[in-house]
Amino acid sequence: MSEIVTTPPTSSTGRTLRTEEMILNMGPQHPATHGVLRLELVVDGEIVVDVIPHIGYLHRCFEKHCEHMTNYQQVIPYTDRMDYVASMTNEFGFVVAAERLLKIQVPERVEYIRVIMAELQRIASHLIAIGTYGIDIGAFTPFLYCFRDREKILDLFEMTCGARLLYNYMWVGGLSHDIPPDFIPKAKEFCAYFKPNIKELNDLLTYNEIFVKRTANVGVLPADVAINYGCSGPMLRGSGVDWDLRRDDPYSIYNKFAWDVCVGKGEMGTVGDCWDRHIVRAREMEQSIRIIEQALEQIPEGNVQAALPKRIRPNPGEVYARIESPRGELGYYIVSDGSATPYRIKARSPAFSNLSVINEISKGAMIADMVAIAGSIDIVLGEVDR
Amino acid sequence: MGLLDRQFDSSNIVVTSLDNLLNWARLSSLWQMQFGLACCAIEMMAASASNFDMMRFGVIPRATPRQCDVMIVSGTVTLKMASRIKRLYDQMAEPRYVISMGSCSNCGGPYWEHGYHVLKGVDRVIPVDVYVPGCPPRPEALLEGLIKLQEKVRHETLAKKR
Repeated sequence: MSEIVTTPPTSSTGRTLRTEEMILNMGPQHPATHGVLRLELVVDGEIVVDVIPHIGYLHRCFEKHCEHMTNYQQVIPYTDRMDYVASMTNEFGFVVAAERLLKIQVPERVEYIRVIMAELQRIASHLIAIGTYGIDIGAFTPFLYCFRDREKILDLFEMTCGARLLYNYMWVGGLSHDIPPDFIPKAKEFCAYFKPNIKELNDLLTYNEIFVKRTANVGVLPADVAINYGCSGPMLRGSGVDWDLRRDDPYSIYNKFAWDVCVGKGEMGTVGDCWDRHIVRAREMEQSIRIIEQALEQIPEGNVQAALPKRIRPNPGEVYARIESPRGELGYYIVSDGSATPYRIKARSPAFSNLSVINEISKGAMIADMVAIAGSIDIVLGEVDR
Repeated sequence: MGLLDRQFDSSNIVVTSLDNLLNWARLSSLWQMQFGLACCAIEMMAASASNFDMMRFGVIPRATPRQCDVMIVSGTVTLKMASRIKRLYDQMAEPRYVISMGSCSNCGGPYWEHGYHVLKGVDRVIPVDVYVPGCPPRPEALLEGLIKLQEKVRHETLAKKR
């Protein structure tokens, strides 16, 4: 990236040729923008000078809908549709915030099931991120391997709540269904099946020479820039910042499990390059499996709907709760005026903040590297635009 | 290989109508525009990935509208996106088909009432051949919609305008 010399071209007689910048449009219909993102690239030849992201192609009026709901539970389907790759964690964030506002203590079993579901969802989300990133770089096969494993997670979700993608499973104060009796053996079976597949995926993609050449030293995000822009999740940890809300601001019962926070170390190039962000996702899947295995062993019996409130009318007040979604810090800010309808709900989406840094990290990159950089951010446009 | 293997050993002549031949060729290679909008795009990706394997129907994702026969509108169409979808549809070559996937692009879905920025059905900007219901539709439902589209193509004729 940095070794490219940008001297103006000269003719054989020594005359300097005129060069000029031009604008190249990437998206909203582009296979590598992961949805309907439009990137306005100002390029000088092959070199990117400036990137202006244009968003709003998927603005679905989340906050307006929340103001019109007659009940707090009715907001949950809309949170599903924000980050549609990781619906369970989006519900998780909302119910954590609403329960803090209502001061409800949910049963122990509910917390365990929520953690299991959230970690399974994290694996499913990272599998999509890794699979589509492979396609962006030019490797099609890992995509098929990732989706094969993801279908097994979706089968677990489907046997629990009937839906494959948008679940409406976690409710304020409980869950819509208890897990079926054969869920735990099937989940254990999945963990045993999936562990060797992570290594297979790494051999296939992560340590592939072509993949390393395309991603190492590309799109380097220094730690201070990441913090200044409010990046979170694998984007921040890829830059070497040891920060994970599951450990540093524990919610639910994450403090009961033993697991490690994965950070990028610059093994293939510089700390904070695209490869580091990728390896953080791959290693987080291993840690998620560790959490799931511990939770499946310790899960207690109980009624999952014991704390479900009949009527939700929180006292006037406000609350902000945040959780670690697969993309980073997902926060919900709820203001209540004492009625059954939420007065205002604001979602702080990690993908939006992560996307804002794209101009910083792609200056001086080649046009072809833009695909690698945009893919490594792992944006979900439903969450960026809300 | 396949159904036609060793069927023509005695003679190399097949008699059919031009309509049949064209329709067979068209419905067996409906190239799809690789164009995800929202949640349904994940299910569309799942449908083209390993477990459901949409390519066995001849549906190959292409990245440009110029090479495509069918546009799967997979997800919420916002007002900002609607004009782009119309332009992409105009760039596709005839004969072209549209599958509207999911409640959002059928009629606005969960956003029909308060979604001030959501188009209430993609059929307000482009003609739709097959509607697939669901929020999101399962990959099986998308495959069913595709088979319905193939049936529609099978009964087309050159004599009448589509």
